[in-house]
Amino acid sequence: MAELKLMKGNEAIAEAAIRCGCDGYFGYPITPQSEIMETLMARQPWDETGMVVLQAESEVASINMVYGGAACGKRAMTSSSSPGISLMQEGITYIAGSELPCLIVNVVRGGPGLGTIQPAQSDYFQAVKGGGHGDYKLIVLAPASVQEMYDFVDLAFELAFKYRNPAMILSDGVIGQMMEKVQIGDYKPRLTDEEVVKRYGSWATTGKPSTRERNIITSLDLDANSQELFNLKLLKKYAEIEKNEIRFEEISCTDAEYLLVAYGSSSRICQKTVDLAREKGIKVGLLRPITLYPYPYGAIQKLVPQLKGILAVEMSAGQMVEDVRLAVNGKVPVLHYGRMGGVIPTPNEVLKVLEDKLIKG
Amino acid sequence: MDVKDIIKEENLVYSKSKVLTDTIMHYCPGCTHGVVHKVIAEVIEELGIQDKTIGVSPVGCAVFAYNYLDIDWQEAAHGRAPALATAINRLYPDKYVFTYQGDGDLASIGTAEIIHACNRGENIVVIFINNGIYGMTGGQMAPTTLIDMPTSTTPYGRKVDLNGYPLKITDLVAQLPGTCFVTRHSAHTPAAVRKLKKAVTKAFQNTRRKKGVSFIEVVSTCNSGWKLSPVESNNWMVEHMFPYYPLGDMKDE
Repeated sequence: MAELKLMKGNEAIAEAAIRCGCDGYFGYPITPQSEIMETLMARQPWDETGMVVLQAESEVASINMVYGGAACGKRAMTSSSSPGISLMQEGITYIAGSELPCLIVNVVRGGPGLGTIQPAQSDYFQAVKGGGHGDYKLIVLAPASVQEMYDFVDLAFELAFKYRNPAMILSDGVIGQMMEKVQIGDYKPRLTDEEVVKRYGSWATTGKPSTRERNIITSLDLDANSQELFNLKLLKKYAEIEKNEIRFEEISCTDAEYLLVAYGSSSRICQKTVDLAREKGIKVGLLRPITLYPYPYGAIQKLVPQLKGILAVEMSAGQMVEDVRLAVNGKVPVLHYGRMGGVIPTPNEVLKVLEDKLIKG
Repeated sequence: MDVKDIIKEENLVYSKSKVLTDTIMHYCPGCTHGVVHKVIAEVIEELGIQDKTIGVSPVGCAVFAYNYLDIDWQEAAHGRAPALATAINRLYPDKYVFTYQGDGDLASIGTAEIIHACNRGENIVVIFINNGIYGMTGGQMAPTTLIDMPTSTTPYGRKVDLNGYPLKITDLVAQLPGTCFVTRHSAHTPAAVRKLKKAVTKAFQNTRRKKGVSFIEVVSTCNSGWKLSPVESNNWMVEHMFPYYPLGDMKDE
């Protein structure tokens, strides 16, 4: 039975994991996302669904436990915040290179280095453009509410398994820590090995029966030509993802002359800015990318002919704005407004930049 | 007499384990890896656990172990095999999981993972190949390289003031209550191989009894890295490695 609950974003991730049939969570504490593992440990899902929850010795171990679980065909996940996600980059590229499905949740805090425990959106490049070595992509979902924190856990696993590709929920300290009401879904049962084979094929290491060849999960290929063939196979997969999985939301865009582009908590702030600007008669809309990879270039391109200018708002020095500029290709001015170090911009601050820099400027 | 007259069912005293594939091994002649692979394959076959065993291969010369044993395999990043094995064990508590790791993998870059997997008492088998050198990358110093032993990164021999001491990691894990069986072997004589096989058998039986980590170090040779012939390597190992890494059980509970 569906029910309504008041929850923190981090708690919603944990609850969603249990209810969507996640098989294993492996993590290491770090602010501002520790409630995820704390909630799981308090809920003791091993009694309820059989889900494994383990506190690892480090983020390096966590992500490699995720690798081990994912290679068994299990729904395996981890969560962390920026410095911890940096430590996981090795494991993430191995997971991408071995074509394993898994979920990584990054509740972003300000950096670089140890930085701050306050919210930021400064891990966009790391999540979307690589992070680890080699040519690979993560499927990146950006929730803007506690409801989406909940919903995107199952969605991320579905996409990860569909494409045999790691997926990331790129959240931030605002969404992780704030409380909102959440529609909680029914329990989805964990899949048996047989169901996994039926749905996704027989690639997992479950122990080799006499009826099939041995399964080897590896990202190693010393032959240059066959490694290149594998790279091409990945590119084909990414093209499929780009064709099928772009998600975004448009608010008041129909008659918009100016456009705000923002994701996650920044998009919540910009939503208010749109209201304030509209009250003043400024025709402004908001485009919110929900998937950061694949990025909604086309949706922005489509709006360009009606626009006089675009303002990308992020809690960073300007990362996603590069993708906005790629989409716009110089056809209209694209400005960036960002606060850093854990400072959260206000709707009026954004409105002032919109008026002073984009419209008058 | 023709060879066909000799190869008859009643004359067979030995056959290759069915768990060993026909893939030609890439290991150098005289290398210990092939013998240890053979022992593991035989044990898996004899215990009848081929369909329940998942191996985790390392980075190093044994990176291709998955080409030689006909079981499901996961290839780990350098040093991370015990983390992978932890998850496999937690998600498949009734299967058999082993890691196969060299000294660079287990005792250098992967010290955190091995120590904590052992400390949690994961129900796994660890096969630790210690030849005191990095084989695959071309003979650099390992954490287990002996004092004064030359390698490509210690061309004048390992010096304590520069490189510290050879790490007896097996002695270290034996201190952890999560390990049930910790032992050090070699594979340089038929008798040693038989002893090793007994230990490997016991290790997998420990998994069946859910006793925790069984840790088997195999003091090994690396002819190419040591720049010695296979015979000279065996002699050098007996003379130099065994005194520092003495063979025998450290723990058997």
